[in-house]
Amino acid sequence: MTLRTLPALLLALVVGCLAPAAMAQNGPLRIIIDEGVIEPLPFAVPNFIAENSGAEGLARDISRVIAADLAGTGLFREIGSEAFIGNVSSFDAPVAYDDWQAINAQALITGAVQVSGDRIVVKFRLYDVFSGQPLGEGLQFAGTPGSWRRMAHKVADAAYSRITGEGGYFDSRVVYVAESGPKNQRLKRLAVMDYDGANVQYLTDSSSIVLAPRFSPSGDRILFTSYASGFPRIYLMDVASLATRALDETDGTMTFAPRFSPDGNTVVFSLERGGNSDIYMLDIGSGRLTQLTNAPSIETAPSFSPDGGQIVFESDRSGTQQIYVMSAGGGEARRVSNGKGRYGTPVWSPRGDMIAFTKQNEGRFHIGVMLTNGDEERLLTASFLDEGPTWAPNGRVIMFTRESEGAGGQASLYSVDISGRNLRQIPTEGAASDPAWSPLLP
Amino acid sequence: MTLFPKALLLIAVLGLAACNNPDRYGAGGTGPNDGTGTGGSGIDTSGLGDPGDPRSIAYFNQSIGDRILFAVDQSNLSGEARGVLAGQAQWLQTNSDYAIIIEGHADEQGTREYNLALGARRASAVQDYLISQGISPSRMRTVSYGKERPIEVCSVEACYAQNRRAVTVLSIGAGV
Repeated sequence: MTLRTLPALLLALVVGCLAPAAMAQNGPLRIIIDEGVIEPLPFAVPNFIAENSGAEGLARDISRVIAADLAGTGLFREIGSEAFIGNVSSFDAPVAYDDWQAINAQALITGAVQVSGDRIVVKFRLYDVFSGQPLGEGLQFAGTPGSWRRMAHKVADAAYSRITGEGGYFDSRVVYVAESGPKNQRLKRLAVMDYDGANVQYLTDSSSIVLAPRFSPSGDRILFTSYASGFPRIYLMDVASLATRALDETDGTMTFAPRFSPDGNTVVFSLERGGNSDIYMLDIGSGRLTQLTNAPSIETAPSFSPDGGQIVFESDRSGTQQIYVMSAGGGEARRVSNGKGRYGTPVWSPRGDMIAFTKQNEGRFHIGVMLTNGDEERLLTASFLDEGPTWAPNGRVIMFTRESEGAGGQASLYSVDISGRNLRQIPTEGAASDPAWSPLLP
Repeated sequence: MTLFPKALLLIAVLGLAACNNPDRYGAGGTGPNDGTGTGGSGIDTSGLGDPGDPRSIAYFNQSIGDRILFAVDQSNLSGEARGVLAGQAQWLQTNSDYAIIIEGHADEQGTREYNLALGARRASAVQDYLISQGISPSRMRTVSYGKERPIEVCSVEACYAQNRRAVTVLSIGAGV
């Protein structure tokens, strides 16, 4: 089955470890913390065909975004057009596989763009060059010219997904805190952007400190913490209208660290009263509040398992911050973090198989992952201050905040593969923190 | 001629304002009394007054001491902190028309959520102590800023030590 050749090959590479170390070609942007070494798969994306006049610019831009998406994963390497032997002159013409084999392009993506009024249509096909076959059916996306980047991301998601066997994540958004001003008077406001830093939109002004926004499971609402009242409280914002309301206003308390349940109907968060923080659950519709933990220690940073049955959170009940799992209804919790140091900000993977966390040990901060029972802990990063992981919709990539040291210290967003490879800074207009990934867009 | 010393005093007071009452973290970071920090509780801050006047906010901030410091990851009160807080309590007994907001802060060595909870513990420790000294809970509110508002910006212990603090912020007109 030649169709299987390409995915099988790359899958082996994705899983890692099978590629001999001699094949390592690590660019300067990549760091390797675990032992796996990977040879990125070479691909070519000739400029998409403009099927009518006025489509040339979009056709070129769409091809470039697709190439950037794939190359940005670290799993693929683009072969630039200067190496091309042949060209693609028509979307439906047969592919000259020899030309692409000669330059060692293992995957080829061809496409075409048509513009008619306020509607654009993007078509693409993916080819397994060495087996001389298309990989899956051709696909077509239609939308407004303003959504051209989304269509490019959708093409890249389809290609990524067909080649790796994993779900895509390029057609997604990230909500975060845009920062400005000096360290002792930082201004913060909520912003949302495409996963790659494009299309930034500000959701609030910087009149109040805002912290740690989180998308709802369908991406239509955002939870966050704001000091708008003078005290930290959790708020719910509708993304389309930006209408915002406080969720809990129990007097004399502080609420923070909110997250949605997988069905989007419930919020789990920390409520502090008299200096003690515990975890509570709030039914958004009825406003009914349920206390889930009752301990004199700090309980915070709760995150649901994707099936909604369990909650992972951090607590210092043992004397230092550690990670615990309890039933979504509360009750007894079992500790799952077992290594040296302190563990916080646990986040359950959307695939359910892992928990990402922040670890502090010997004066350094790490982003790490482990199985949900605490086994197979793997640290992905190390720096002066890394914190607050968020999962890509496919559970393969993590974005987090990295803050630099000293008086001029600034926060930036980074992403890293769960293998520890492909550490990258996300381009943002200014300093940025507290990213939260949306689900894959519909 | 007489205007000159007044102007100097004004500058001095403004200078103190900058030192002792940096922005209370409201709108745009433009300074104190920006109207966003009142929390609907009717609390409003006012001028610092003459630091030579024992009834002034400036006197409280400097001579009594408006802040206490904490050890790493701790919220228990040191002997020195208790001394400062006893002074605060005494001052608050005498100046009963003031209300307070107790701010808890943490240094940057910690995750955001944990530091919010830790700052709340620190503010609460101060509140409990002031209550034990006879100050009515109705005059107090607490707020945690976690690691969001350091006063010192370097990334070494000398700065961290100043940032692990609880600050008692006075405001007049609380209708106590």
